Amino acid sequence: MAMHPARRQRLWIVLSIVVFSSAAVGLATYALRGNINLFYPPKAVAAGEAPLDTQIRVGGMVVDGSVKRADDSLRVQFTVTDYAATVEVVYEGILPDLFAEGEGVVASGRLDANGMLRADEVLAKHDENYMPPEVAEALEQGASVDVQPGALGEKTL
Amino acid sequence: MIPELGHFALIIALGMSLLLAVVPLWGSWAGNFAAMRTAPSLAIGVCVFCGISFACLATSFLQDDFSVRVVASNSNSLLPPVYKFSAVWGNHEGSLLLWVLILSFWLAAVATFSRGLPTVMLARVLAVMGAIAVGFLSFSLFTSNPFARLLPGVPSDGNDLNPLLQDPGLIIHPPLLYMGYVGFSVAFAFAVAALLGGRLDAAWARWSRPWTNVAWAFLSLGIMLGSWWAYYELGWGGWWFWDPVENASFMPWLAGTALVHSLAVTEKRGLFKSWTVLLAIFAFSLSLLGTFLVRSGVLTSVHAFAADPARGLFILVFLAIVVGGSLTLYALRAPAVRSRIAFSVLSRETLLLVNNVVFLVATLTVLFGTLFPLLMDALGQGKYSVGPPYFNAVFVPLMALLVPFMGIGPISRWRDDSHHRWLSRLAIPGFIVGVLAIALPFTAAQGFNVWVALAVLLAGWIVAGLAADFRERWARSASFPRALARQTPSYWGMVLAHTGFAAVIVGTVATSQYSVERDLRMEPGDSETLAGYSFHFDETLRVRGPNYLADAARFSVSRDQQEVATLVAEKRRYLATGSVMTEAAIDGGLFRDLYVAMGEPVGDDGAWAIRLHYKPMVRWMWLGALMMGCGGLLTIFDRRYRRQRVAQESVTTHGAPA
Repeated sequence: MAMHPARRQRLWIVLSIVVFSSAAVGLATYALRGNINLFYPPKAVAAGEAPLDTQIRVGGMVVDGSVKRADDSLRVQFTVTDYAATVEVVYEGILPDLFAEGEGVVASGRLDANGMLRADEVLAKHDENYMPPEVAEALEQGASVDVQPGALGEKTL
Repeated sequence: MIPELGHFALIIALGMSLLLAVVPLWGSWAGNFAAMRTAPSLAIGVCVFCGISFACLATSFLQDDFSVRVVASNSNSLLPPVYKFSAVWGNHEGSLLLWVLILSFWLAAVATFSRGLPTVMLARVLAVMGAIAVGFLSFSLFTSNPFARLLPGVPSDGNDLNPLLQDPGLIIHPPLLYMGYVGFSVAFAFAVAALLGGRLDAAWARWSRPWTNVAWAFLSLGIMLGSWWAYYELGWGGWWFWDPVENASFMPWLAGTALVHSLAVTEKRGLFKSWTVLLAIFAFSLSLLGTFLVRSGVLTSVHAFAADPARGLFILVFLAIVVGGSLTLYALRAPAVRSRIAFSVLSRETLLLVNNVVFLVATLTVLFGTLFPLLMDALGQGKYSVGPPYFNAVFVPLMALLVPFMGIGPISRWRDDSHHRWLSRLAIPGFIVGVLAIALPFTAAQGFNVWVALAVLLAGWIVAGLAADFRERWARSASFPRALARQTPSYWGMVLAHTGFAAVIVGTVATSQYSVERDLRMEPGDSETLAGYSFHFDETLRVRGPNYLADAARFSVSRDQQEVATLVAEKRRYLATGSVMTEAAIDGGLFRDLYVAMGEPVGDDGAWAIRLHYKPMVRWMWLGALMMGCGGLLTIFDRRYRRQRVAQESVTTHGAPA
């Protein structure tokens, strides 16, 4: 095949870039499939919209007086609400500094058959005035559907 | 009075940068040299007035002037003075002012150190940077005025700085990071100026290179500091979270790494010109995108100070103008600067091309992962989050793929090389590295680990390539000291940066594979053994700091009955805000870190949730990044850049400038 050397070289370069980028795209898609997780407000979890035994995130306010700690381990259980519904969360480990009752939180983990979220990570907000956007939105939507937020926590939005 | 002075200085700076963006550019269009020569003075003027403005804000912070809104919301009379100063950029308005100040530093630096450039080129470069300054100064003035007053109703004390930011690392992390971020505006300005002039040549690459290297070096150091801060301050012992904001600084770094290497090809061989220009545009656009992501509050992150849609929109429009404008210019002008210089498949050019492709693909995959949640949200597909597993799965193989080529890089020749030559130089070092890779992991306390072996192999391969190259250089010199002395700063910069990269590989893999982490419930008197180290919980203490009260836990760590360290971890409650913060205690070392952090009290009998970590070789990562940064800085001492300046000066003094 007679081809100008410069052209052949360019062909090689283009070919390798194409092969390489498609490999990267394939890799990215594959990695993405198993590793993205969707956010569900408690309302959606209560309505059965969230899949069981799949990594998901649930966020809202921690209900006042709902935090229960085990005495002999780091197991902790609390209730998260969006003022329309609640979800029970169990977590074993150290909670972040800004975790508190009546504050916003995002827990990621898997739902078990009893509708309890077995969390492997709990994130609280990073500073006093900041609320994770998805939590703020969930609370807004939850509150518009249902009653006075004050009934569930002393802090309201 | 002082805040008003600062506000006024900022307005003057905006006026001067407007002039800077317009007058010299018009001069270069009309061939008016007087107009072009105003550029350096205007640039220095912008710097002076931004400096005055920043000094005014800093004074307001140091004097506890709580009538200024940002001071009231981010400082407190109890705050130690050094944190009052760093609180200047611990908030949206102030950090934007820092952005502008650093841009003006770069402006002044280019104006001062590039006197040797042809007048037209310098005028264009400064004008482009002036236009960027206009954008950011108006952003600061019109959407986020740092000097806004709280009148009437001045609070008696301020809200305090977020305790997470009350840390020495955070005093220098943002300025370093911004030096890097904003530094790419210089590379961008050179690229756009070259496109405007239609002349892209080796000289352009030589002018642009030192600036790009310095910006890249600062960005490396800034990212390193951020990672180090997260490690000891966030209290969970992690050092990289693939947090969107970390990615925001990492993407310009990746693109910048590609740019640094492609500039080398453009300077030495006159190749990849259009590509280099595109990368310069890309790197700066990613810096702007990062600023948008961080400043608009669209992301959930440590760095999101506050959400304000108007601000997000402003940066988005600015980003669109910069990217759209520069790409249009590129489309119009780039074909005119295309080059036709041949090189063979086995050559240094090809290896650097591989570098560029890998880093570009890495940038794009990180970009994709970062923007994916925003994209899905905008399309109404739900609120997704993309976690570290995605980034690790994509990024780690890419870097592993890069290293085999990186090892050959230093010994390879420009234009044309042969695999026989590569084989003869690298077969023996490669074999030795292979043996070491299998042997070394056996010396670790946790035994052999295949990933660590692989990391040693890759890192060793990089070092082997450098060593083989130096042996050749040595053979060409009379003696070993002469060989050392003969090499250029550029060369040593490359060696340092590549060795640093090798150290980062070993550090990240060893610490990820060998770390032992345990969260426990512990009472005073309890002991726990981790990787051979026995952690004994001695007692709890009460500690009083300048603006906080703390519970502290004292641990004594021993190994084989020998005392290793005493660690005092704290749980602080800051008085002004009442916010609680974990202060981890770390015993650091070159080969292992011991880490203790307190969780919350558990039960009524004085027990605490305690986090214990054993982290081997975690410091190699930061040490490596430090070496990369220093390597980048070292390159600017190369005589080549100075010599060209002298030559340029003689041209401008003896003959008419081009």
